[in-house]
Amino acid sequence: MAEFEPVLLANIHQEDSHTLRAYESTGGYAGLKKVLGGMSADGVKELVKASGLRGRGGAGFPTGLKWTFLPKDHPGPIYFCLNADESEPGTFNNRILMEEDPHQVIEGLIISCFATAASTAYFYMRYEYPLAWKRVQAAVDECYAAGYLGKDILGSGYSLDIFLHRGAAAYICGEETGLIESLEGRRAWPRIKPPFPAVEGAFRKPTVVNNVETAACVKQIVDRGAGWFRSIGVPPDPNNPRDPGSFGPKLYCLSGHIEKPGCYEAPLGITVNELIDNYGGGVWRGRKAKAAIPGGISMGLLTADEFDCPLDFAGPGKYGCLGLGTAAVVVIDETVPMVDFLHNSCQFFSHESCGQCTPCREGTSWALKMMNRIKAGKGRLKDLDLLLEIADNIGIIPGTTICGLADGAAWPMKNAIRKFRGEFEEYIKRTNPDGYMETNPVPVLEIIGAH
Amino acid sequence: MATVIVDGKEIELAAGERLNGIQVAARAGADVPHYCWHPGLTVVASCRMCLVETGRRDPATGEVTMFPKLVPGCQTPATDGTVFITKSDKVTAARAMVEEDLLIRHPIDCPICDKAGECSLQDYHFEHGREERRADLKPFTSRRRELGDTVTLFVDRCVMCTRCVRFSREISGDAELMVVNRGAHEEIDVFPGFPLDNKLSGNVVDLCPVGALGDRDFLYKQRVWFMKSHDNVCVGCSTGCSIKVEENQDKVYRLKPRENPHVNQWWMCDEGRYGWKHVHDPARVTLPRRAGKDGYENVEWSTLPAELDAKLSASKRIAAVLSPHLTVEEAYQLAKYVRGIDEQALLVLGPVPTAGEDECFPSGFTIRAEKCPNRRGVEEVIVGLAKELVTWDDFLERLSDESIDAVWVTGGYKTAWNDNPAAQKLSSVPLLIVQDAIASPLWEIATYQLPGATFAERDGSYVNHADRLQSFKWAVRPPAGVTTEGQLYWRLLKSRGLYNSRAVLDDLTRELLYFSAAAGVECEYGIDLKVNQLASV
Repeated sequence: MAEFEPVLLANIHQEDSHTLRAYESTGGYAGLKKVLGGMSADGVKELVKASGLRGRGGAGFPTGLKWTFLPKDHPGPIYFCLNADESEPGTFNNRILMEEDPHQVIEGLIISCFATAASTAYFYMRYEYPLAWKRVQAAVDECYAAGYLGKDILGSGYSLDIFLHRGAAAYICGEETGLIESLEGRRAWPRIKPPFPAVEGAFRKPTVVNNVETAACVKQIVDRGAGWFRSIGVPPDPNNPRDPGSFGPKLYCLSGHIEKPGCYEAPLGITVNELIDNYGGGVWRGRKAKAAIPGGISMGLLTADEFDCPLDFAGPGKYGCLGLGTAAVVVIDETVPMVDFLHNSCQFFSHESCGQCTPCREGTSWALKMMNRIKAGKGRLKDLDLLLEIADNIGIIPGTTICGLADGAAWPMKNAIRKFRGEFEEYIKRTNPDGYMETNPVPVLEIIGAH
Repeated sequence: MATVIVDGKEIELAAGERLNGIQVAARAGADVPHYCWHPGLTVVASCRMCLVETGRRDPATGEVTMFPKLVPGCQTPATDGTVFITKSDKVTAARAMVEEDLLIRHPIDCPICDKAGECSLQDYHFEHGREERRADLKPFTSRRRELGDTVTLFVDRCVMCTRCVRFSREISGDAELMVVNRGAHEEIDVFPGFPLDNKLSGNVVDLCPVGALGDRDFLYKQRVWFMKSHDNVCVGCSTGCSIKVEENQDKVYRLKPRENPHVNQWWMCDEGRYGWKHVHDPARVTLPRRAGKDGYENVEWSTLPAELDAKLSASKRIAAVLSPHLTVEEAYQLAKYVRGIDEQALLVLGPVPTAGEDECFPSGFTIRAEKCPNRRGVEEVIVGLAKELVTWDDFLERLSDESIDAVWVTGGYKTAWNDNPAAQKLSSVPLLIVQDAIASPLWEIATYQLPGATFAERDGSYVNHADRLQSFKWAVRPPAGVTTEGQLYWRLLKSRGLYNSRAVLDDLTRELLYFSAAAGVECEYGIDLKVNQLASV
């Protein structure tokens, strides 16, 4: 395979890459000038549509299509929310972009806002990114000073304001309607849909919510054209008429038990093996891998035998995972007990469930309590079936919750127990030799603390 | 015309009718269980109890395509061609899951829970839940705290439907209630220093589908299954909310609002809700007495009508003061009776108590300044029969000019309604009959003291501020020794049998045009009498 030349991360190693001066020295804001100098909003929309860009936030919804859901000839205002609430465990690609190349994101954001006729953009950033916060704020200030933001940008007649909004540290704020609720000053309880944000979103106005990396991709598409974008990645599966293909470069976050963890840019469709070997320098300490998370913990688990899974939008689904998610690959080596992995995962989702829908609120907390008990050596084989039953019945896929958080909670449970059942059973039998076969409810057990 | 298919049954919707899955299923006779949905509040679709299967019927081919996932009935609109399936294995499993989830941390302390017997969690679990508990976790934390003067929160009984939170935001508008914490640690709470303190606060207890919110006035007073519920009308103000009086063995335990889209929707105010204490006031008068030379002496009810009849017949000019707490039937009977003796008998509208100004809430619910239920009804009886409306103040003025030698005064107010100066003016009347529930200055100077009824003991109808007539029957029997106004007038008029308020109302509708819309009809939401005002123009 020919060496892939990074595009999104091309500038991050330059000195002062986060400043306007450095950004402009490498051709920054040329794309914006081109757009404002003669392209129509519909032209940009068509360009992005033609590129086949799919949202980088996790769901992989075609970005151009999302933009066309906005009502036609709306009197406004239309709002644009940039989702920088990057909280999926293992994911840090937005962080790299915001800390090292914020202007690329902002240029993409301005172009996206122009395409969607939004005159106000909210940059919703997670609380835990203090450096990104400073750098994006500084970059926005520079843009105002340079005339890339504010009234009548570059004399085009188009005006845009960007407001940074700092979240208060909740995973659910990354869900697009949770983000909107949080932005409006309420609890981040995801909204029921319809109406979708494109019809009624922030402040009851049409709203687009896009990911940081998506915005960066928009900038690159404007610079390099839709043809370039489509030349990278995986074309649609001819046997699946609903597959729009996975085009473009992608920022893969590689972490876990790996020699060289980091954020790497590669064409969509790279396999887990290639990512580990070509970029990550192999599994650390000469150990073997046991499993990997394909795209953030909510996407589930791949076993070491499944590392030939291509990391495009359709790939992990074929291996029983939820999807590509944020393309955050976490490698788990052979020393990690899967009981610990699942316990950690359950703890995260129980902690982060917003508590709105009964099946998610109670299901995630019940699963954690069962995992606590299994870890404490009081598990029973029956618990595994119960965990699977919970996992199979929560989420938007069976229709029992409002948002997808519960699906994310369910997938690690399903994959871990189904793919590593032997290990779970062995653990339970070993730690609870007298009671593992118990099938009746045992006498009331004190809640075992997880901390 | 839209056609919706529920469990294979076709339901026709009227033009412009907007129903959700739960409502349209109810039309088809299918009960879709739900916690968070309430017709008077916004839809949040979060409890997930109302999950159903849905699909569409192709209008051309008639072919039905079902959606793969379950949807909440509350959030799914019923439009032409919508298909709902409320009974299927998938739906049953989903309901069982939600029920199991809700009981994981629920204390299941039904024996000491006020809601037991009228609890959705109990009823739904019985119908849709699993037979065994699989979650062997210690659930009981038994935490409680006061949310305000009227409501106690039992934290661990809550199912997080957020009805109460939405009520305080959307209906009462003070938004005191909120959700704190996240996930399974969520709780309903108030902000420190800002308790639940609004005039509609008691409604959150009715809204709570489980025992999480307890009414401090009712808490631990009575098991709900021992109580009988009687439709009635609130006498707190001239809104005339439709209510239920809940009693056991002639003791009222609580009032609850009764749905009436034309009057109070689903709500009632705290003033009305807790305004029944006078029914069981130990100070209530219970003996009919006659003033004699050596103070008052008891009279027998059996001989009283004849005695009163003789006394009144001997009088030259009679006046009857009709309290706005009387039902229209009672007012009409008394008016007919005195006018039967003295054709020119003066008909007076009793004092109309008012307090403050009308108070309107964001939902449109209004607590009126006029603190009596039936000013309009009594007024119309007086105007209809006497062609002249004499107010209490007018009457006290005219008393000295006109040689009135017999006055029949009715009371039944919740609070003190006459004072010494008024009593002074009436003290010279030779025959003063006072009929009231609680003693007052006027009572003390009466020639005849007749104990009367309170609202819970009356039969009849009230007409509210908007000319809506609502009829009701007694909920409790009056204390021993009391004969209700209606019963006494019935006897004075020598009507046969027991007092029949409906028969009186029928006479009334024939005699007075204002009431004619009520002729021969009964409606749980009451009757709009304005219909006939248009006809009379």
